[in-house]
Amino acid sequence: MLAEFLQYLFTGVTIGATYALIALGFTLIYNASHVINFAQGEFLMIGGMATVSLTAMGVPMVIAIVLAITLAGVLGIALQRFAIAPAKQADVVTLIIITIGASIFIRGIAQLVWGKEYHVMQNFSSDEPIRVFGAVLNSQSLWVLGIGAVVVVALVLFFTKTLIGKAILATSMNKEAARLVGIRTQMVLMLAFMVSALLGSVAGIVVAPITFTSYDIGIILGLKGFVAAAIGGLGSGVGAVVGGLALGIVEAMAAGYISSDYKDAVAFSMILLVLFFMPRGLFGAKVVERV
Amino acid sequence: MLKTMIRRAGKCAVIAAAGLMMMSAQAAEPIKIGSFLSVTGPASFLGDPELKTLEMYVEKINEEGGVLGRQLELIHYDDVGNASSARNFASRLIRSDRVDIIVGGSTTGATMAAVPLIEQAQVPFISLAGAVVITTPVKKWVFKTPQSDRMAAERILTDMKDRGITRIGLISGTGGFGSSGRTQTLEVAEQMGMEILADVTYSGSDTDMTAQLTNIRNTKGVEAVLNFGFGQGPAIVTRNYAQLGMELPFYQSHGVASDSFLELAGSSAEGLRLPASPLLVPDSLPDDDPQKEVVQNYKAEYESRWDSKVSTFGAYAYDGLMLAVRAIEEAGSTDPEAVRNALENIKGYVGVTGEFNMSPEDHNGLDADSFRILEVQNGEWKLIN
Repeated sequence: MLAEFLQYLFTGVTIGATYALIALGFTLIYNASHVINFAQGEFLMIGGMATVSLTAMGVPMVIAIVLAITLAGVLGIALQRFAIAPAKQADVVTLIIITIGASIFIRGIAQLVWGKEYHVMQNFSSDEPIRVFGAVLNSQSLWVLGIGAVVVVALVLFFTKTLIGKAILATSMNKEAARLVGIRTQMVLMLAFMVSALLGSVAGIVVAPITFTSYDIGIILGLKGFVAAAIGGLGSGVGAVVGGLALGIVEAMAAGYISSDYKDAVAFSMILLVLFFMPRGLFGAKVVERV
Repeated sequence: MLKTMIRRAGKCAVIAAAGLMMMSAQAAEPIKIGSFLSVTGPASFLGDPELKTLEMYVEKINEEGGVLGRQLELIHYDDVGNASSARNFASRLIRSDRVDIIVGGSTTGATMAAVPLIEQAQVPFISLAGAVVITTPVKKWVFKTPQSDRMAAERILTDMKDRGITRIGLISGTGGFGSSGRTQTLEVAEQMGMEILADVTYSGSDTDMTAQLTNIRNTKGVEAVLNFGFGQGPAIVTRNYAQLGMELPFYQSHGVASDSFLELAGSSAEGLRLPASPLLVPDSLPDDDPQKEVVQNYKAEYESRWDSKVSTFGAYAYDGLMLAVRAIEEAGSTDPEAVRNALENIKGYVGVTGEFNMSPEDHNGLDADSFRILEVQNGEWKLIN
């Protein structure tokens, strides 16, 4: 009984941690610009695919990972510079549609460059699973959780301790006021895209040994990440983490205890329920309209 | 009275003359082979090798003098894995290209979308898709070359029975292939007196199937596990299976019988069995196997021409084209009715997929034995029987 429960929990927490990382990326850009960046899943794909192809060329894994993350960061900046920035005063909805276009474009390029096959990435450490009270834990799951935790702590520090982090927060709270105190909001926006691309690519790299990776892996994982962010309340960092973990665990429990057929249905009912009773999500900020 | 008779006779003469003219014109004209395939899009791993195979062998046949002294002309469209465009292209092939025979339809969806149109237009059609619904019940103008998922289920369950296994845990994908395979497995198991104790599914985009497998592991009495699925899902199932340390005999379906599956699943695949085309193990076939030469030739020709790995799916197109050619030769013309009758009576054609024996009741012509049971040993396919 316990073994069974633990097994579902491990599965859920692992995949939930990935959702959380993706959700954080959504949150970051949403905070800085109120744009929901649907190209977030593509950063994930770039991270995984670039690492796989670089290691296949003989680059040592660590360097390949660094290069892949850098590539994603550059791509994040390019996305903001060449797709979002030129649309300057456009509506948020327009910007969201631009990100959808960008995601299709990136996916298309990836398909041309890397082909359509699925690729394998080696586990970071041993392939031997770890046994805990009769349940089995993939060693890569520990990497996912560990790196996820490190990233979350780093983000918290970044936003509370550094000037740039505070500038991003300030911009998210009030763009006009931020500009008045001398924050270059375009720069902040670019930074937000870069950091969120870095986050996405890290998520893509740590889960690739578990899920495999391919040019279209970003579609469904990106969508799940968005669901997680929405459950947590768009714009809330804690919400993204809690939303991601909750989504992952509910999915795994539903697959194990109810039926795998209803797994996705349960997950999506959850978002309906949450948004029905708490329209701003679990940790969503209360918005007061000032007249 | 007389007038009308003369008029009728006149009409007949005109029609006959026109017919004669058309026939003589046709003698010089190429035989048109139409095709709609999923060359790009999600099912491109099917359509791409199929198109390459068709192109290459049409070229080869033409160099060798064509069929009935006429050249072959391949007219093909890419349906991108989309059933409604498959239907549109089938209509274009029939109405505007006026093809003599259609060899195509990479997926069951594309095939079934085109079938009503083809039946109505009465053009012989050889499908390259798997599901049993394509030829059961028999449709007058529709044939197919791949084995059905039902045969795969029969082959797997027979092999299990030979090993003394009668109680099975089933895990299947929710996609078209997996769910059809699941239905067939349940039916065949009932006929063979075997029990499916656990029956779980996963969706194509799932990234972890540990929960489902734990469910099977905790079901008492399961003696073997069968995974019916397609794409990367079965590779993840295989890895999770190994991670969970499950020791029961493990079977996969023919949906993953390819070298890329071995690459994805890695060492976790060790010891699993699946039904597959002999194309995966051409050199380990016994010398008296009638398929050995065909299979070896196809593999060598394909790989030297395209510089890429041969796939089972391309072989379906090879058999489709060869069956079409043989039927046209036997019919002695491209008259649709005659070609169709010839197709229906093909016996003992040894192809890459198996030996085809068509009949009015069976428009597939293969039996379950055309699947070979392979086992993964030391990271390679090994022929079991």
